[in-house]
Amino acid sequence: MARVASALFSRLVIIIPYAWLLFFFLIPFFIVFRISLSQTAVAMPPYTPVFDLFGGLSGVMEKAREFSFDNYVWLTEDALYFNAYVSSVIIAGISTILTLMIAYPIAYGMAKAPKSIRPTLLMLVILPFWTSFLIRVYAWIAILKPEGLLNQFLMSINVIDQPLIILNTNWAIYIGIVYSYLPFMVLPIYSSLEKMDHTLTEAALDLGCTPFSAFWRVTFPLSLAGVVAGCLLVFIPAVGEFVIPDLLGGSETLMIGKTLWNEFNANRDWPVSSAVATILLLILVIPIVFFQNAQAKADGEGR
Amino acid sequence: MGNWSRFNIASIVLGFGFLYLPIVLLVIFSFNESKLVTVWAGFSTKWYAQLWHNQALLDAAWVTIRVALISATCATVLGTLAALALVRYTRFRGRMLFSGMVYAPLVMPEVITGLSLLLLFVAIGLDRGFWTITLAHITFTMCFVAVVVQSRLLSFDQSIEEAALDLGATPVRTFFAITLPVIAPAVFSGWVLAFTLSLDDLVISSFTTGPGATTLPMKIYSQVRLGVTPEINAICTILIGIVAIGVVVASIVTKQREAQREKDERAAFAQ
Repeated sequence: MARVASALFSRLVIIIPYAWLLFFFLIPFFIVFRISLSQTAVAMPPYTPVFDLFGGLSGVMEKAREFSFDNYVWLTEDALYFNAYVSSVIIAGISTILTLMIAYPIAYGMAKAPKSIRPTLLMLVILPFWTSFLIRVYAWIAILKPEGLLNQFLMSINVIDQPLIILNTNWAIYIGIVYSYLPFMVLPIYSSLEKMDHTLTEAALDLGCTPFSAFWRVTFPLSLAGVVAGCLLVFIPAVGEFVIPDLLGGSETLMIGKTLWNEFNANRDWPVSSAVATILLLILVIPIVFFQNAQAKADGEGR
Repeated sequence: MGNWSRFNIASIVLGFGFLYLPIVLLVIFSFNESKLVTVWAGFSTKWYAQLWHNQALLDAAWVTIRVALISATCATVLGTLAALALVRYTRFRGRMLFSGMVYAPLVMPEVITGLSLLLLFVAIGLDRGFWTITLAHITFTMCFVAVVVQSRLLSFDQSIEEAALDLGATPVRTFFAITLPVIAPAVFSGWVLAFTLSLDDLVISSFTTGPGATTLPMKIYSQVRLGVTPEINAICTILIGIVAIGVVVASIVTKQREAQREKDERAAFAQ
């Protein structure tokens, strides 16, 4: 009896979350792909049904002939989509590099801080992450506006005499992404730096390395796992970011998350939005697999 | 580590200034007398008073809180189970796929998750509204819970569990008597994380919502598009206040529990 219960318990522990994720995370991607092959229709839901799960195999085969790649052809014909994909990847890439450049010194400083204040510093990095993402992006509008707080400040100390136009440009998007994702970069780098054996750097210095080359040839390579994890944690969601380009970017800013949102909400074109999402997912599959491997490796080390 | 250099201190101070300054400014200007958000015109709490008369906003806040409470609770149960499955059962069929499905939602762009869940709900003919938002939130927050709980389980001394099982406790009893009390702080912080993620979510909610279910972020977003107002600053300040209090209370509770546990452990060894 106890054995049956034991087996049942271990089964349930696996099956319940497994089934949930299969149903609510994996299967929906197949539905997205399926609908990306259908036609737009003036109906609710606004697409022609592609196949009926209850129609049996013959029904599926019959419907399969109606599959159309029109939506994908459409995406290649309109330069808007191609440009949006490219500029999303570029904006996300530049933002990731900027985030790394700002986050690394912070993480490095934290790892070198006296042990007693490290938990407090860690808490202070995590805390903004708990406050609303939307609010944090919103806060920047008042700062970056032409008559905003940054321009008021810079003009009052006579650094500039004309307000800088930052809001509604790509610079505002970079600032928004760096700001919103900074904790995601700081935390993995900090944890890899903190684990590091500091005698290695000391040895390099004793053997005549300059502090800079000791950092560059010893410390940095040893923190690479954290750098990679941090970059992926920033880059992947940033490519599909919607809120930041929408609120901080300008009308000429093209990012695929915004394009998808408009396609879906303004044009109500579900099949094209599904095709946009499918291609975005294909672009991100490789970095996502990298991320999963890095994550699984980190878990293995913790064991 | 005696060499905490000036450079290190400067980068921390600048970095934290960058992280906190926008939030501090937002809070300060929520108490601004003027309608302009960028020009200070004296202290006032009138924007807070105005919020109480905005019925649509209060309704949205109520929907958001209910979604967050239900989804965080379900996500905590599912996420804890997922963490147990990942850490305790290292070999089962499809484990690669399972761990992939746990980690992928952490980085998946929200527009993709939102669209795919919406299409699922339409495909199975579920009426969109409160419950579809809740289901969507459970799905993406449970993975964050799983990661938080998993890290605690990895540093857990498994021999205590094995001892309980050897002494004849059933796995269910072992879980509730041994495992759960030890991982409780992580489960609790997982719940708080899921709650705040749900409270905060705009994109996934917008995709999966239906008539009559508007959440606070959706409301804030539609107002932000019309311009920056002190009223929004006031809502944001209240939300920041709630989260700040929640996080501080959570960290104090966690610390006390850890201290208590250490004391108990020492007492047990002393006997």
